[in-house]
This record gives sequence, C-alpha cells and structure tokens, in this order.
Amino acid sequence: MFGKLTLSDIPYNDPIIMGAVVSSTFLALIIIGLITYFKKWPYLWHEWLTSVDHKRIGVMYIILALVMMLRGFADAIMMRGQQAMAAGPDPGYLTPHHYDQIFGSHGTIMIIFVAMPFVIGLMNLVIPHQIGARDVAFPVLNSVSFWLTVAGAGLIMISLGVGEFTNTGWFGIAPLFEKTYNPGVGVDYWMWAFQIAGVGSLLSGVNFLVTIVKMRAPGMTWMKMPLFTWTTLTTNVLMILSFPVITGALFLLTLDRYLGMHFFTNGMGGNMMMWNNLFWMWGHPEVYIVVLPSFGIFSEVVATFSRKKLFGYVSLVWATAAIMILSFTVWLHHFFTMGNDTNVNIFFGIATMAIAIPTGVKVYDWLFTMYRGRITFSTPMYWVLGFLTLFVIGGMTGVLMAIPPADFVVHNSLFLIAHFHNMLIPGALFGYFAGFAYWFPKVFGFRLDEKWGKRAFWGWAVGFFVAFMPLYVLGFMGMPRRMAHYDNMAWQPWLIVAAVGALIVGAGILSQLIQIYISIRDRKKNVDLTGDSWENGRTLEWMSSSPPPVYNFAVIPKVDELDEWWAMKENGTAYQRPAEYHDIHMPKNVARGPIIGGLVLAFGFAMVWYIWWLAIAAMIGIIATVIIGSSHDDEEYVIPAAEVKRIEDERFEQLAAAMEEKKNN
Amino acid sequence: MNNVSQNAVHTADAEHPNHAEIRTFGFWIYLMSDLVLFSVLFATYAVIGFNSAGGPTGKDLFDIPYLFVETMFLLLSSVAFGFTMIAMHNNKKQRVIIGLIVTALLGLGFIGMEIHEFVSMIGEGAGPDRSGFLSAFFTLVGTHGAHVTFGLIWIATMIGQIAKSGITEGISSRMMRLSLFWHFLDIVWIGVFSFVYLLHVV
Repeated sequence: MFGKLTLSDIPYNDPIIMGAVVSSTFLALIIIGLITYFKKWPYLWHEWLTSVDHKRIGVMYIILALVMMLRGFADAIMMRGQQAMAAGPDPGYLTPHHYDQIFGSHGTIMIIFVAMPFVIGLMNLVIPHQIGARDVAFPVLNSVSFWLTVAGAGLIMISLGVGEFTNTGWFGIAPLFEKTYNPGVGVDYWMWAFQIAGVGSLLSGVNFLVTIVKMRAPGMTWMKMPLFTWTTLTTNVLMILSFPVITGALFLLTLDRYLGMHFFTNGMGGNMMMWNNLFWMWGHPEVYIVVLPSFGIFSEVVATFSRKKLFGYVSLVWATAAIMILSFTVWLHHFFTMGNDTNVNIFFGIATMAIAIPTGVKVYDWLFTMYRGRITFSTPMYWVLGFLTLFVIGGMTGVLMAIPPADFVVHNSLFLIAHFHNMLIPGALFGYFAGFAYWFPKVFGFRLDEKWGKRAFWGWAVGFFVAFMPLYVLGFMGMPRRMAHYDNMAWQPWLIVAAVGALIVGAGILSQLIQIYISIRDRKKNVDLTGDSWENGRTLEWMSSSPPPVYNFAVIPKVDELDEWWAMKENGTAYQRPAEYHDIHMPKNVARGPIIGGLVLAFGFAMVWYIWWLAIAAMIGIIATVIIGSSHDDEEYVIPAAEVKRIEDERFEQLAAAMEEKKNN
Repeated sequence: MNNVSQNAVHTADAEHPNHAEIRTFGFWIYLMSDLVLFSVLFATYAVIGFNSAGGPTGKDLFDIPYLFVETMFLLLSSVAFGFTMIAMHNNKKQRVIIGLIVTALLGLGFIGMEIHEFVSMIGEGAGPDRSGFLSAFFTLVGTHGAHVTFGLIWIATMIGQIAKSGITEGISSRMMRLSLFWHFLDIVWIGVFSFVYLLHVV
C-alpha cells in the first residue's frame, strides 16, 4: 500500500531534523489556521491560486523564492556552524551523513527553488508590461509552470521530514548516486524534485520567448526592446536549449536507478563521465539563465537612477547575445581534471576566458551610464553598486580558474566555492533584490522602506565579503569543499570568520523581513499615485497605474523610441486620455494549474517511495486533466469598454490629484 | 506581420492578434526543445552504443527487413495524416475522421511491431539492463515509441472532439499542431533507423 515507506523513515530520533520539521509544520499550521479563521480560502483560491494573471503568478513565484531562500539559508548557516566547530578533536554537532544532505539541499534549493522562481517571477511581473502586452502568450501554461515549481519545492520540503535527501551534492556524483551505492530515497527525492521543477522552467522559457517574439507593442522593433526584455529573451533561448538536456540526463539516471540500466554505472558498458558532461551542458548555461536577467535589471535600474539613457545600448545587446552563445561552449571547465585531452582543456579554457570580454563590456557600459548622471542613491541603486564592486572580484577569480593548470591546483577546493558564490550572490541575487525593490511599487502601489532596504544591503554586502573572502584563502591553503570534519587546525580561524560573515548575511535577511513588514505598515507614507514610481521611469511598465489594472494597458501603446515612456514624458504625450475605449478580452482563471501541480507532487512522492498504484493514478489524472482542459476553447472573458472607462477615469482622477499635490509642494 | 498587428491595435482583440499563429509558433519552439532531448539520447547512444559488455551486439539483434516494414507503417501514417489535413482544409468532417483513424491504425501497427521487437529481445536475454548499449538502445527507441503512443492518445482525443463539435477554429489549430508533432516523429525515426539500426549492422 505505501511502497517502501514505513514509520521508521521519519527521523524522529534526530533532534535537529525534528526541530526543523516541527517548527515548519507549526508555521504552516498557523498560516493555514489564520486563513481558515479569516475565511480567506475562497478568495485565495479564486483570486490567487487559480489565477492566470501574470502579475499574480509573478508575486506567487517570488513568495515561493523568498520562503525557499530562508530554508536554503538555514542550510548555509548550519554548514558554516559545523565547519567552524568540527576541527581536530571536536566532531561538530552534525553527523557526516546529515552534513552531506545539507550541502546537497542547500545547492539544489538555492539554484532550482530560489534563483529560478525569483527570476521567472520577475519576468512574470515585468515582461508583458515592458513590451506593452496584456498578458503572456500562454496564460494557463504559465500557471501550470508555476505549480510544477511548487510541486518540486513541496517534494524537497517533504524530504526533510519523511526519509532523507541526497548525499551526493546538488549536481550528483556518478556512480555514487547509483542504486548500488545509494539505495536510500535521498537521491530519488533530489532527482524528482529537480526533474519536476525543470519541466516547469522549460515551459516558462517557451512561454516567455513566444510572448516576447510575438506580442510586443506595435513599433517595438528588436533594437527598441528594453534591456531586461533582451536579457529575458536570451535567457529563454538558453532555457529552451539547455533544460531538455537536464531532463534527459535525469531521465537516464532514473532508468539506471529504477530499471537497472547502465548509463552512468562503473561497469557493464556505462560511462560515468557522461553524467558530468550532460549535467554541465545544462549546468553552465543555467548560470547564465540566472545571471543574464539580473544584468538586465542592473541596466534598467542604473539608467533610471542616473536619469540618463543607458550607455552603449547596442553593445549591451550584443554582449548579451555573445554571452548566450558562448555559454554553450564552456561546460567542460567544470571538470578540467577529469582526464580530457590537453587540447580539449585548452579550447574550453580559452572559451571561458572569452566570456569575460562581453561581461567586461557590460561593466563599462554601466559605469559610463553613471558617469555625469544625476544619481539618486535609492535601495535598487545600492544593490547595483554593491554588485559592480563585488562581482568584479568573482570575475577575476573565474578567469584565473579558466586556466586549466591553475584550475588543477584549486579544483574542488573552497576557492571554487568562494568563486561561484561570488558570481551568484552579487551577480544574480543582488540583481533580483534590486529588481524586487525597483518593481515592488509597480506591483503593490507603494514603495519599500528605504532605511531598512539599505540596512539589508549592508548586511548582505558586508556579510558576503566576510563569509567568502576567507574561503578564497582556505582554497589556497588546500581545504577541499564539503568537509564535515577536518584535522588541519590552521583552517579553523578562517572558518570562524566565515561563520561570522554568514551571521551578518542573516542580519541582512532579517532586515529584509523587517523592511517588508514596515513597508506594509507604513504603506500610506510611501504610496505611489502616479504609476511612475521612481519619477524617472523610462520604459513602458511605468506608464500604467500602480498597481496596474488587470489588463495592464487600456489602449496598447505604439512605440517609437527605445525609452518610450521617457520620450512620451519629454514630448508631452504622457498621461493623455485616449479618445475612446474598447472591450478587452482577458483569459479566465482556471484550476488546471494547482490540480496538475497537486497530481505531480503525488506522482513524485509515489515514485520516490515505490507506491506504484498512486504513481499510475496520478499520471492518469494528469493526462485526463490535460485532455479535458484542451477541449475548452472558450477561456476568455470580456471587460466591457464602459468598465474599462470607469477604471481609467478613476486612475486619471487619482493622477490629477497627485499632480496637483506635487505642484503645491 | 507588422502591418497587420498595427492595424489590429485599435480593435478589441489587439492583445491576442492571432491565437492560432502564436500557438503554432509556441508548439514549434517546444518541438525544438524536444529535439534537444532526442539529441541527448542520440549522443548517449553514440558514446555507449558499442559498449555491449560481452552481451549481444546490434549485429546479433537487429532484423532489418522487419524494421523496414515497421518504418513503412510510420511513414505511411504520415502520408495518411497529410491527406487528413487536406480534408480538413476542405472542411470535410467525415474524411478527417476516417483519415485520423487510418493514421492511428498505421501508428498502432508501428507501435505493435516495436513492442514485439522489444519483448522478443528481452526474452532472448537482451533486455535494457544487460549492457550500456542495450540501455541506450531501449531508451532512445522507447522514448520515440512513447512519443508515438502519446500522439495516438492525442489522435483519439481529436477524433472525439471532431465527432462532437466538428471542425471549429480551436480544433483546426490543434490539428495543425498534432500534424507538426506527427511529422516531427517521422523525422526523428529516420534518424533512429539510420543511426541506431543501419549503422550497427553494416
């Protein structure tokens, strides 16, 4: 009935795991209780969970990312704590098996369930708005993508309390993850969570690519697309071309583990090195999938807050495209030491160094945008400046490791750990935080608190520096990654410093939570009445009210300029009422997304525990849902022109009042 | 295209200027990502396809005349689908349904022969767990077969929908995508036939 699952699979004798399980269950129960108490379930179901509105899906994606970030950060602080303690005679407070699971879940969560939902959430919030569209190309598919990501995240959360998580790291180690060496459910949890979320991301990539290619406002030619749209487009290309590779690789591993096949086994004709190749053929483009949209955000923010046109727009577009292509030619630098031919290593080493060139172009473009600009030092701008400073360090260590002989020295050492955190935290995460602060007022109608936003920035920036610079040193001192215990006492002081750094990052995260609380409490103070939240907005998303109406644009704008909204403000065509309004067709909310997400979660859980009847039932349910859903042709509703006029009249009244107030001040 | 959408801007459905075109494009993009998935399986077969680990090789197992007949089933099903699409453009509901049934029967013939081939191989002790070569073989050919099976479910769904509501705009857009899917599987099969089978017997 329950496959392999028995009561003894719940690790109730481990106080650390049970503490986490009990506290997160408790928190979930409180939230569920509050929703029930305030009778908010119908509202939540009809307005949010079944929503196909890109703005709401975006908000849900980002909430998922922030929740999972707390979990991933908890893993990080546990690892830093363990390594600060576990020197010489002290075994630390975690068993090696538990420690191994923690670094696996930290990596998987941070990449698949923080970076990906955060970046896709921002695309959802911004892209249709920025290209002058009312929705994405496939609104229902968008909802399905989101719920697939939730299902994957759900599976990883379940693994905390039922069974175990993988002990072979976030990228898997062949043949250690084979059934022979790893008979437990940990690898299966990792594999299915990863697989499910990956399919969701692939579908998002298709969705946004089609949206950008087919649904831009008239007049918005390729070279009039805002840079965030450009970077999203290139990211979508990377997603479409690279995610099938990880889907395929994980599928092959599934066959190895479930049907005894020999793809990555060390014998019977398997090839272990094939896993590394396949994984990083996705894994390296994935780095750019999470980083490129961030570069787009930096470009938008730096232009807005410098009140200047972006310097070198064309070069930024070409640099983005160059990175997109080069990102497929560097995967092998993740395993220079695997015994490849020297010439192969040289090729990939040079390609890796080459990627620094377009990235360098971008850095100069951002610097020159600021040059002689009238810079406003708001929170989003803080993240940009922090990024520019810290990211360059990470870039340089990357070029260092691109040289194969140098990589042999620091391969799989903490130097590498420091390097990629140095790319991903300032490069990707700071960008998301900048975008979060930058577009928050557009979505909710009020700005985030500046004071706590800046405190959060300092916590993250200083904490990052203190936590990761010692890791570079430790890498040179020869400390390998992933050690649950070590005997070299000379490492310990540096690891204690790193642990302190993690605590400072923790203070930054705490500041972010406080910032959200304070901002909601004082929302009247920071309210945005004009829709142009930062007053210097340049692109189309600042044209509508904040929060925008469900249809984004009452009349689709016609684009003549790169910075269309800025140009409209300059030549006085901004804030003008259109002559007349028309009926607007919008997609209806449908329950297919959450239903499929729930069924996929059941399927994943059933596969992990070999509960075959449930797996088959869930699969049939998924296929039936898709077939039934496909027969509905009528999935749109009409907002009558009169209703549009009513909403827009309200908006223009509010706008007039805001303008009046501004004049009086 | 640009002109069309500019003119369409002031009409009510400016937002979704052309449902069918957007959906076809999106589906085509999805097919390209599916092609990448097949590329992974082809590449895997290229890497470990000759690792028979002391077990049977392709030369011992593959029966080319049998496979030729199997291939003909799939190719003819594509021809049948072509005629189905012509009937659909001429708005001949009855012929569309007959065409789909013929396509599905030919597709079933293909799948039946493939299953028979798999079962007899497993019976001879040449199952997917025997060697790296056979793992790669069963996975690549089986993934293609699973796609064809999915296509058959899709065809059955379309027969049901057309019988119920005739050739509506939504249905003809779905038929267009199904047609792309079916021909795509044909092209992949040409790769499978040449690269998996022929290459291992010559």
